[in-house]
Parts: sequence; structure tokens; C-alpha cells
Amino acid sequence: MKKIHLELTVNGESGEVAFEPYKTLLEVLREDLGLTGTKHGCELGECGACAVLLDGEPVLSCLVLGLECAGRKVTTVEGLAADGRLHPLQEAFADLGAAQCGYCTPGILVTARALLERDPAPDRERIREALSGILCRCTGYLQIFEAVEAALAAAPAGTDAAGVPAGTGRTRAARRLPGARDGGRS
Amino acid sequence: MSGAGNGAGGRPGGPLRIIGKPRRRVDGRAKVTGQTRFADDLVLPRMLHCKLLRSPLPHARVKKIEARRALAHPGVHLVLTGKDMPIEYGILPVSQDEQALCVDQVRFVGDPVAAVVARDELTAFEALDLIQVDYEPLATIASPEEALATATPRIHAYGEEGNIHKRVSMSFGDLEAGFADADRVFEDVFFYQGNTHLPIEQHAALAAVDPDGKLTLWSSTQTPHYVHRALAKVLEIPAAHIRVIATPNGGGFGGKSDPFNHEVVVAKAALMLDRPVKICLTREEVFYCHRGRHPVLMKFRTGVKKDGSITAMHLQTLIDGGAYGSYGVASTFYTGALQTVTYRVPRYRFQGCRVFTNKPPCGPKRGHGTPQPRFGQEVQLDKIAEALELDPAEMRLRIVEQPGTVTANFMRVETIGLAECIRQVTAAAGWAERFRKLPEGRGLGLACSSYLSGAGLPIYWNKMPHSGVQLKLDRSGGVTAFCGATEIGQGSDDVLVACVAEVLGIDPFDIRAVTGDTDLTPVDLGSYSSRVTLMMGNAAIQAAERAREILASAVAAHLEIPRARLAFAGRRVFDVEDPDRGVTFQEAVGLAEAAFGTVGTVGSYTPPPSPARYKGGGVGPSPTYSYSAAVVEVEVDPLTGWIGVPRVWIAHDIGRALNPVLVRGQVEGSVYMALGEALMEEQTFRRLPPRLSGALVHKFPSLLEYKSPTTHDMPDVTTLLVEDPDPRGPFGGKEVGQGPLLPVMPAVANAVYDAVGVRVDEVPITPEKILRALEEKRAGRTPRTGPGAFPEVNWPEPLEVPTPWEGGDGKAVNRPERKRAAKLGRPEVPTP
Amino acid sequence: MMRLPRFRYLSPSSLEEAARMLADAGPDGMLLAGGTDLLPNMKRRQQVPGTLVGLRRVADLRERANGAGLRLGAGLTLTDLVRDGQVRDAYTGLWQAAVQVATPHLRNMGTLGGNLCLDTRCNYYDQNYEWRKAINFCMKKDGDTCWVAPGSDICLAVSSTDTAPALMALGARVRLVGAGGERDIPLTDLYANDGIHYLTKAPGEILADVILEPAAGWRSTYWKLRRRGAFDFPVLSVAAAVRLAKGGVVEEARIVLGSVAMRPLEAPEAAASLRGAPLGDDAIEAAAGLAVRAAKPMDNTDFALHWRKRVARAFVTYALRELRGDDVSALRRSIARHELRLEA
Repeated sequence: MKKIHLELTVNGESGEVAFEPYKTLLEVLREDLGLTGTKHGCELGECGACAVLLDGEPVLSCLVLGLECAGRKVTTVEGLAADGRLHPLQEAFADLGAAQCGYCTPGILVTARALLERDPAPDRERIREALSGILCRCTGYLQIFEAVEAALAAAPAGTDAAGVPAGTGRTRAARRLPGARDGGRS
Repeated sequence: MSGAGNGAGGRPGGPLRIIGKPRRRVDGRAKVTGQTRFADDLVLPRMLHCKLLRSPLPHARVKKIEARRALAHPGVHLVLTGKDMPIEYGILPVSQDEQALCVDQVRFVGDPVAAVVARDELTAFEALDLIQVDYEPLATIASPEEALATATPRIHAYGEEGNIHKRVSMSFGDLEAGFADADRVFEDVFFYQGNTHLPIEQHAALAAVDPDGKLTLWSSTQTPHYVHRALAKVLEIPAAHIRVIATPNGGGFGGKSDPFNHEVVVAKAALMLDRPVKICLTREEVFYCHRGRHPVLMKFRTGVKKDGSITAMHLQTLIDGGAYGSYGVASTFYTGALQTVTYRVPRYRFQGCRVFTNKPPCGPKRGHGTPQPRFGQEVQLDKIAEALELDPAEMRLRIVEQPGTVTANFMRVETIGLAECIRQVTAAAGWAERFRKLPEGRGLGLACSSYLSGAGLPIYWNKMPHSGVQLKLDRSGGVTAFCGATEIGQGSDDVLVACVAEVLGIDPFDIRAVTGDTDLTPVDLGSYSSRVTLMMGNAAIQAAERAREILASAVAAHLEIPRARLAFAGRRVFDVEDPDRGVTFQEAVGLAEAAFGTVGTVGSYTPPPSPARYKGGGVGPSPTYSYSAAVVEVEVDPLTGWIGVPRVWIAHDIGRALNPVLVRGQVEGSVYMALGEALMEEQTFRRLPPRLSGALVHKFPSLLEYKSPTTHDMPDVTTLLVEDPDPRGPFGGKEVGQGPLLPVMPAVANAVYDAVGVRVDEVPITPEKILRALEEKRAGRTPRTGPGAFPEVNWPEPLEVPTPWEGGDGKAVNRPERKRAAKLGRPEVPTP
Repeated sequence: MMRLPRFRYLSPSSLEEAARMLADAGPDGMLLAGGTDLLPNMKRRQQVPGTLVGLRRVADLRERANGAGLRLGAGLTLTDLVRDGQVRDAYTGLWQAAVQVATPHLRNMGTLGGNLCLDTRCNYYDQNYEWRKAINFCMKKDGDTCWVAPGSDICLAVSSTDTAPALMALGARVRLVGAGGERDIPLTDLYANDGIHYLTKAPGEILADVILEPAAGWRSTYWKLRRRGAFDFPVLSVAAAVRLAKGGVVEEARIVLGSVAMRPLEAPEAAASLRGAPLGDDAIEAAAGLAVRAAKPMDNTDFALHWRKRVARAFVTYALRELRGDDVSALRRSIARHELRLEA
């Protein structure tokens, strides 16, 4: 079958990739780009293991056509660490038992990162909701929630846990105050 | 201090520095960066892809398979059928009843009959439809009742008779005297529906022929050693020419513990094509592999005194095995093995019957064979407490088994922290203030359990160790720990390096773990029966202590002090009386290499012999047992039966928590899986109207319709660890991977009764069943939903085994005709 | 891994171009919006279109306009609705429906139009090719029999959209655009009670947007039954809206039941019974009894059908009590298994 050629931006790197046009983003990432960090558990949108960020929003890569991703920004688990350092979420997940078998972990990590970018101080209920689209059979989720909360608390100075530089209205102190959220974003 | 248990810190009697501390697991980084290489992540040059054609009929003879059109399809390299590898295999020596691809008979919808190997998966899938299989349908056997009543057609030609796979009957002590001694006798029938493991990683395997002509199979298996043996048998090549590498499993829970069709098929295909061949099952196919929880119908007859103490118990189980043996013979024994290790049961009879049906085979899921009778036993105890007007917690505290006991069925209980678990969990849950005192619609329930810390016997009879660890140390200061154990997410690699690091006084991250590779690592039997921490841990400690001795000899000579004065800690080996005087760990290895040559040690572990010497007594013994107690709170809407679980408290007797982070993860993960079983998960089947169709299909082989709880369905859990180091455990540790699942289902049922006064004697406990029981209650009938009578089973005469207090020696006093078992003085049926 | 079948992909940039491409493709063509319904169906070979007309580049479909009421482009994602404070405050039932669709990931992908046109669902149909082969297929795809009720002449697959009942309760209309022009119809007229031919729109028509009247004076709500707090399709839902006069007297009411038939079912008699009086307990009970009369849950979804019917009645009372102003937040939380919140 004739392959199509597309320009994709994955984890900040742009490049051309050739793949069979029936492939989903999941298959392109794993099979044509060698990025096997993104997993699959059903390929039908029923488990969330294949979650990636598409233009910053968590989506299921098993239900996105590869050929609809031209010109869009894809972030996978391989793109979370930067400058040789793990993302605070990754550190917290590794330390706190949030990854047992590790199979749902990539999808959960990218989803948690997107959450923290939208909402720098999510409460437990909000974390539950954001992660409700990914099934984990090992942990019972509680250590995952705790790791997300710990990543919030452990964000290095100058950035928040999402790795976003602190800015007006988004400092840690401001985030802690009820009602101090950036109201313009909702 | 190191406390009880095997192993000690940097020196015998020294303090523990790593064990017991919350730590990042050694493979944590790999898992959070997406670098853990699962089987389907592997890619080799020239790799081809395999798909299996599965039977659309539940039961049929295979008349003819015509594959020419598929083979001619562009991109197809090979089509395999059963005749290419017809030798039968199976996990248990007594149930060698599977073929990689069915030759003459298919036994359930999903049984594979042919395989296509093609350039890509889509091409292979398309070619499947080009294979023509002619079937001659056979009568479908859908249920245990049907299996008991249907002698022919037989699903298998072996077994007891007809479609009865296994019948066991064993009696410990004078049961009738026990019932005569009782103040009250309770009889209850329970049903536990089947359910499945549902690891998020679908099984995958990759086979390749090495440059030297040997075969390598990478597979998401929990038991590479048994896969190795099965491959050698079916492929008829020496085991020494086969290498099985267990890739880290993306969840197992028992579902990846059998040798599977797809593993054999890709191995055969790789050999035939001399090209790498990979398969990754679809989710639907994972449901067909199954080997999950057996549906079990149970009858408990229990005699008690007024204070709740048990005088006798008679348990009968009817077990729906599905289409193959799998672990089923062991599962059958397991439904009766552990009733005696939680509470004092002075006289006990167990009868179990496993039947074949035309459904995916059942096998070992977390708790293997024991959650079903545990549910019945703990719900019945709740009923007994209610009838005797006793508090269920206090009643249990009175009857818990004592440490250092041999039970009626000759299970040896070492340490038992169950009473402490009950005390802690009830205190945390506010039991005394809240039980039977909450408003209508809210309730608390308590239940307890026990599980093995490793099966006492291997699956095939042998006298070799169950786990082996090999250490390689060199002048770089690096240590490599080799062990056949399989990392399935539970943290076995971390246990391995932690035990070695503790003994050698180095950091866990200084050690490289090489595991689950039959070429490189000593045999470990696999990640099942909660055996790895205890068995591998003890083997690791032994290997590390031997290495410590070698290093200590060299360093003692170098420092000119007695060996006994040396301590290993902080990556140093030093004089305890003058801690500044010492060498680095790296220097110590160098000194040892100079003194003794290349440094390597081994350790191994074999469980202690069991006092149970009767036939069937091989299932149940363990070096030691873990204990758990759980309190579950439920909310039930009396109008609809809608149920929610806002909170769970659980206490677990762990002996010692080697890494509390991972221990908590196992406890909470068990609670999660247990709540799924308790409330919503079921592996059920749909039979079409027989006048129109013979179909018997899995009702919903999908992650959407098989209901695994989401983040929103998981309650808060309070986890309490009871630590009383067990002398048989590594650093005193016992299992935690399975035990904490067990008390949750009955605790939910007991909580529903507290909330709305109805009994659901069935798992799962769904809103429909609760509402039905509520309607019964409103109509003035028995407020219960549950199974009716236990069917007639033609039980064999029970094996009579006098109890220890009757002077029994662990052997049966009847059945002399079973000569082989009697002569060997050991069980004929081995165990997982 | 499940693989999509091979297909031809077209990517129009306007609604007109899309409509033309769809018309040209004939019965072999299908629209692809968020992909969350169609792509799984294609992987299971329930739907095997040879041509996919992708709507991603059609910007018109993602417009949201405030006029007298609200116009929502069919290409808006469900997340767009979930984050929309005006939708939550003025069209609460729609917001409650959207926020309970599937999961956050699927709402980020799935569109309003896709949810309204969601293929009907059935435990005999939403299965892999191999599974369906094992039952010799069913009427909806490749077979003759409806296995839910083998005597049935029509397919009994269940309407499983969350947003349609909510929008019908709000009296929404939809605009359909085809190669030959466009028309605007009440949403209720989009549906037919047939599991195969469940949409009345012509094959070449595209659902372009949803038109809502001003919500002044109306209160609306949506109650969804599913096993888990996420992922699951509704297996029963109740949408209701009322316009109350002073003193709580019902001036107008609409009640719609979802997932109990092949289309969302309006309960006009139940709604009519509420008019002219306040929402008293007796009136609510009576309306609930009337509302569930037409509901015919079948044994082709999660949960036992008798129980679903029983719960339908309870849900109507929950919905009406909420509209009356009762605090039902604890009940809501218990059934939804979480708090429904406006997303940041």
C-alpha cells in the first residue's frame, strides 16, 4: 500500500514521516517513529493507555488518524523530560509508587501534565476527573493522585509543576488562595 | 536491629538501612519515561506479524482446513494449522490438554485453529477471512449443571467421567461428632461469578532464531520457566536450545501464568521461516486466553458453639472450569485448602468438583481459588454472629487460629497477625461506635482472610530449588543480580536488589538486576502464588551473605582484624570498633578478586517440607501465610439498590514491609481489584436461543463493557500494616500481592446487610440483586438474593485424614489402592 | 492491535465542499469528525466506508454564536461545551449531559454533531468482526436476525447519545446542509425509532449546527445512568426542562428519556400533566409514571432491563425535584460518582 508523507511535530521536533494512510497516530508513533513509550490496551478508546497530547490537549492516539495530524503538535511520554531532567511529575510518580507495571503510566503522565497546565492547583476531585479516562489495573489510583499532588508541591522554583514558568497570577502563593485563579481562562 | 526473619543488615544483627524504608523502586525511572520495554515494544529487522484464526463455534469437530487462498494472499508468508505442532501441553503435568492450534476439536468460541504470518498485521487479519474451516458442530455445554448432566459429547477424553474434570473429597476428623457437638448448625449456599484479570497490556510475544540457530522467545509471561518447558516439549527441540525472556509484564494478576497458544505459534513460525515473528493479541483475544477466576457455587455447613467457636465445617464447591485444564486441578484443591488457617476449624470436610464447559478456560487469578470460598465463609460468619447476637469482630477475635499451629488439614501456621489486623482495622473504622448504628442506607462490614506466601510445592514434581539467585561482583564495584523471577509490576526487581543491597551495604541503584531470562538467570518458578518475595528474597539473601563472607575474608586479611568486626554499610566495609578504618566497597571487591579470583555467588531457596502428606495435600502448604482484615463502608439507595463504597479500611499482616511504598501499592491495588469483583466485574456468556443457533459467546469481551472501576469509582482506602517479622520470610517479610484482595468482597456483602438488612449471597453485588432482595424483604420473604440448592454430585468416598489432635500423621488412613501416592508419601497432584 | 480497514480520505475546507464530496462518494462515503464513534466501529468492521470525508478543516462547524439564543457548531468538541460557562448556566441540562459523556480524552476529541449522530448501540452489534461472525451476524450489519428479539422486524439497537435528550428537552433545532441546500428542523425530527435507520437526514446531508432558543425562564437538567463514573454510555437517561411562573407553577415542561429505545423518547403526556400546577410530590410521581410508559429498555445494554425501567421512574423524579429547587446534590454525586464541575 502506498505510504503518505507528512510533516509531524512530535515532542518539539519536526520531521517528515511516511506511513500507510490507514494508520492511527498511535501506530505512526510506535511503528513509524519508534516511540514505543505510548501504549495500547484496546485500540477502541476504552482504556486510555494510548493518551498523548495533541496541541496540548489529551487525546487517545488510537482514535486519531495519522493523516489528520499534519502540522499539529504531538507530545508523548518521551517528551516530558527536558534538559536531561525528569519532569516533576515523573520524579513523583517514580518515588511514590504511582507506576506499578508502568503500562498506563505514559498516558497518565501526559494527561496530568496537561491538567497542571490548565489548572495549576487542582484538588483531588479535579485530579480524579482529569485522569478518569485512563484505566489502571495495578494501583487503585490513590498513589497516582498523591504523586500528582506531590509534583505540585515539589515544583522547582521559577516553574510550576507543569514545567511552565511562573507568571502573573500563576505563582504558587496565588494558586493556594481560593478565588485567585486566572478567571479569564474558563 | 534486624529482628526475626532471614537476612540481616550490613552485618549479622546489624541495623537495617534499606529494608523497611520507603524508596523509589529500582525500575521506577524506566517506567515513568516510557523506556520499559514491553513485549509489543520490541522490533527486529525482517520481523513478520502473526494473527490467529479462532473458532466461531463453541464446540465442534474440525473436519477440514483449506488455507490455499490465504497463503496466496499478497504479503502472506505462512499459514500454520494444528498439524504443524500437534503435541499437547498444559501448565500442570496432569492436564496436558492444549494444542497450539486445535487439530480435531474446538472447545470454545475463540479456540485458535490456524495462524497467518504476514508482512504486517492488517494483511494477516485480511488473510484470516480467506481460510475456510469446515466444522461439524457438537452439542454445547454452557454451565456446570449441564456438564454434570451431559456425559457426551465429552469436551475432553480425560478426566473423571463425562465432562467432570476433577472430583476431590477429603475429610479431616470426625465431622459428625463435630456437628453433634455444635449448638447451632448453619447451612448456606453462595455463588461467586467468574471474572478476569484484565491486565492493560495485551499478551504479546516475539520469536526469533538466533545467529547460532537457537530459538529466543520474548513474551509477556509471568512464568518463563514453564513456557520454556512447554516450548521444548511441543517443538521437540532441546530446552538448552531455547531461550525464553519474560519481558516486564504490563500487569499480570495470574493471567499470564500459563503457556499460551500464541507463544508456541510464533516460536514455530520463526523456526520455519527463519525470520522474527511477533504477535500481539487484541483485547478480545485476551478475554479468550482468560485463565481467570472460576465461577464457583459453594455450600457451607458449619457447626458452632454459642460463643461462635466452630466445631465442624463441611464445604462443597462446584467449579466451572471452562474448556481446558489449565491450573484447574490445583484451583479445585485451593477452593478447600485455606478455610482452616484463619479460624480454628477442628473438623473439616472438603468436596470439590471441577467440570468442563465450552467457555474460555479458567485458572489462577489473584487469590487463586480462594476468594470464592473466602466470600462464603466470611459472609456465613457474619450471619452466624447475627444469629448468635455476637459482634462479628469480637467473635472473630475469639476464634482466630493460633501461631505455630498445624491445622486440621495439616497446614502449618507460623506467625499470624490476624487478631492484630482485626483490632487495628476496627479501631480505624470506628467499628464499635458505628456498626449497626448508622442510618438506613449506610453500613459497615468486616471480613478477614489469609493467603500463601508461596506455594510449598512446584508445579511439576522435583527436588530442585524453587528460586535461584546468582551474584556477579567485580573490581568496578558493580554487582549484578541474576534471577529467573519475573517483573510483572509488583516490584520483584526491587525486592531482589534491595535484599542484596541490604546485606552488602550498598545502594539498590548500585545493582543491576537481570531477571526472567532462561539463558542468563537461574531458575525461579515464576510470579505466581505470591512466592517471589519470600523465595527469591531468601535466595538473594543467601547469595549476598555468601558474597559478604568472601569480601569480609579478603578485607579482614587486609585490615588484619577478625571478620566478625567488619560491617558493610554506606558502600564501605569497615571495622565496627573503629569505623574510620576500612575500605570502599569497590576496593573490597578488588581485594576479594585478588585473594580468591573472580567473585560470584549463588543462593537458592526450597520451601520447608509440609506436614500434609495425603493426596491433594500439596495444595495449600506455604512457608508462611499472610493475613488481612477489611472494613468496608457502603451507601445503598433503598429505592433502587444503587450502591457506592465511600471508604475502605484494611489491615494486612505483612511480617515486614520491605519497601512500604510498594507494599501499600499492592494493598490498594488489591482493594481496587476486589471492589471491581465485588461490585461490577463479571466474565459472563450469552447463549443464543438454541432453536436458532448453537452460539455461546462471551457477553462483552471489551474494556468498555467488562467494567473495570475508574478513578471515580475508587474510594479512599486506609491501609494499616501489621509488622511482626516472620522467621521464614526475607527480613521477616510475607506476601502482599494477593491476600489483601480476599476480605473485600465479603466485607462489601456484610456492609450491605448492615446498610439495608438484605443478604446478597453472590458476587458481584449489583444494584439489581440488592433491589431484588429488598423487594423480597418488603414482601415478607427471606431478604436475600443468591443461589438455591447445590446440585447432586456423585462424590467419591472421602479420603480420611485424622487431625493432629486425633493423633494423625498427615497421611490418609483409607484409600490404600492409591499405591503410587502412598508409596511416594507425597501428593500426586502438585500445586501452583 | 486492531487496525482500520483501508479507505480513501478527503479533506474539504468548507461545508459546501464537504457536502459535495459526501454526495459524490454515495453510500460508500461517511463523515469523520472527532472519530471516537466511527473509528472504533471501523476497527470492528461494523462500518467500512470506502471514503472518509474529514471535517477537521471546516472552520464553520466550530463556530459558536450568541444571538437571540445560542448557535453551536456541530464541530465544537464536547470539551468546548464543558468549558462554556454560558452553556452551564443557561442550558444546564446540555452541560450536564456533555460533562458526563465518556471521558475527558474522548470529550476533547468527540464533537457535538458526532454525539447527536452517534451510531445506535447494542451488545450484539458493538463487537469485533470475529465475535459477530460467531453469532452469524445481526440485522444491523451483515446478518438477518435481531438477536435482541429474534421476532423483531426492525433493529433494536439503542440510542445512546447523551446530548440529544438534553437538547430535545431544551427544544433545540438543527441545521442540515446538503449538496442541494440546507434546512432547519426540530432536533426531535432528526430521529427515527429504528436501530438501523435512526437518523432521518438524507445520506448527503451534514449536521451543521444546533440552534437554541433563549433560555430565559427555563430550568433544565439531565440525569444519566451508567455503571461507572466515566467511560460508559448511558443505559438510561432523563432530560427535563420546565418554565416556571411565579409561585413555581409550571408553564411549560418537556421530558425526554434517553437510551430506552432506538431514539430519544419524548414524554409529552408526562410533560403535559405538569402544566398549570407547582411541582408537588404527587405531580412528580404521576409524571414519572406517565413518562416511563413508553420506555422499552431491551436486554442489549449494561444492567438488567427490568431494573433499568424501574430506575427510569426514579430518575424522572430526581430530575423534577431538582428543577423544583430541591437540593439533590448528594444523590447526583452518588449516581454520577463524582461532582460535575465547570472545567477550568
